[in-house]
Amino acid sequence: MRVDPLLTERLVKSLLWCLTGLTIFVLIFIITFIAIKGLPQLSLSFLWHDIEDMGRAGGIFPTLVSTLYLTLIALVVASPLGVGSAIYLTEYTLEGWVTRLIRFGAECLAGVPSIILGLFGFVLFVIKLNFGWSMLSGGLSLAIMILPTIIRTSEEALKAVPKEYQDVCFSLGLSKWQTITRVVLPCALPGIMTGIVLSIGRSIGETAVVLFTAGASLRTPTSLFDSGRSMAVHFYILAREGLSMPNAYGTAAILIISILLINITAYTLMQRFLRKYQ
Amino acid sequence: MLTREKLIEKALLLLALSAIGSLALITIFIFLEGLPIILKTGLSHFIFGAHWAPTKGHFGILAMILSSLYVTLGALIFGVPLALGCAIVLAEFAPPSLTRILKPTIELLAGIPSVVYGFLGVILLVPLIRTYLGGPGLSLLAASLILGIMILPTVISISIDAMHAVPTLYREGSIALGATQWQTVRKLVLPAARSGIITAIILGMGRAIGETMAVIMVAGNALSIPTSILDSVRTLTANIALELGYASGAHREALFATGIVLFIIIMILNTAATLIAGRR
Repeated sequence: MRVDPLLTERLVKSLLWCLTGLTIFVLIFIITFIAIKGLPQLSLSFLWHDIEDMGRAGGIFPTLVSTLYLTLIALVVASPLGVGSAIYLTEYTLEGWVTRLIRFGAECLAGVPSIILGLFGFVLFVIKLNFGWSMLSGGLSLAIMILPTIIRTSEEALKAVPKEYQDVCFSLGLSKWQTITRVVLPCALPGIMTGIVLSIGRSIGETAVVLFTAGASLRTPTSLFDSGRSMAVHFYILAREGLSMPNAYGTAAILIISILLINITAYTLMQRFLRKYQ
Repeated sequence: MLTREKLIEKALLLLALSAIGSLALITIFIFLEGLPIILKTGLSHFIFGAHWAPTKGHFGILAMILSSLYVTLGALIFGVPLALGCAIVLAEFAPPSLTRILKPTIELLAGIPSVVYGFLGVILLVPLIRTYLGGPGLSLLAASLILGIMILPTVISISIDAMHAVPTLYREGSIALGATQWQTVRKLVLPAARSGIITAIILGMGRAIGETMAVIMVAGNALSIPTSILDSVRTLTANIALELGYASGAHREALFATGIVLFIIIMILNTAATLIAGRR
């Protein structure tokens, strides 16, 4: 029996549009739900107060400090490594087995599940190097997690800078390194920033890595070797142990809003950067 | 001057080795910690043993391997049709102006932390399953559904890129020959974008099998081989995360050994994805 192609066309298209609608509905629903439940819980005192009674009362100030601390350490460690790797890959080598090995390493590292990074950070930083559950252990583990993202986005940004710029520099007698630091890097900076901003978002939302390397202390960390819980870990503990639903919703709302804002910033930066060179 | 340039090049090479170096370190440490217990228990006992009682010296992870595989399969069953449907519409049928808004929106959603997905699973999905389908609610089904949703942004975004890479000229030729849009998609775009779409699905699979926090919250974590989709299950990742906090001695080594199994599965998936993507 031959089915009318025009009928099939119409049926298939309606089905696929329904699937698309459903997908987008589910994803939008998640954000709206958290925002509606969480935003009413937010107040300045929620942000500025210490955690009380294991999270049943009080605010989330220590978790904000821990999150900031961890993210900062991760960025300080991973940015030079990532951008340096990207410069080497794009400016100093031709495609060959070395670049393939480095890229394969970065891609595999990007696929390593966060729980494995948590295990690794736990055995190396917490136990073997004796940093204990601390901001330092957590930050270093996060640095490994975000390294592949920074390498990939920086590489794309550097590649987008027109080769003619470098030719002009060389013809003016600049050395390779001068060309890179004075012309190529400044041009690629917005693109590189995109990767770094995206990494901030990932660090803020990560739980498994941080839980096993930075611990879950309720106090505000003041030094590199203090333990502390990030916002995501705090939210996980609140939700899992059913300590306080209002506080869990409030924390989730802050978590999601900050990550969305950060990712939107990254996206806008990238668009502006691409428009400049295309 | 020249020696300085040479030095800089060497320094940059060192930085460039950081990613592969980290990967090597991770591999070495996970294997150093986990391998002894596998050798002591015997590989086949470890992988095919169904009894996990680490404090009494029983280290069999078959139930968790199966749970991880089932949950991942479930995630693909729910996630892939939705994601592909969405990708086809956005890449082929929707007006470009709509795609320009929706694609970044969907990509933004990849940033939602996994704990949030898990939390929503617990408060919305689990009660629904318990009320309408029975069982504890915390189940293989709940974990599959949540993971299915979590992999959507990854699979959609990479699939759209794969379909966009098919030259417009081919489509115009097909339409000019009188084919409908759906015939063009099915006979031309999908086959041409196949390797990209398979890569997208493999990456989604990797994300599902490696996911920890969301799964812990909705899967129930019972230690048995599941016989129904409403059974509570414990995945490899959940097993590590649940017990690492208090484990010591041989128990801790066994958790690292669980990590080795997970690591090997992920590396096989990554290599497959790289090979398929490279063939394009």
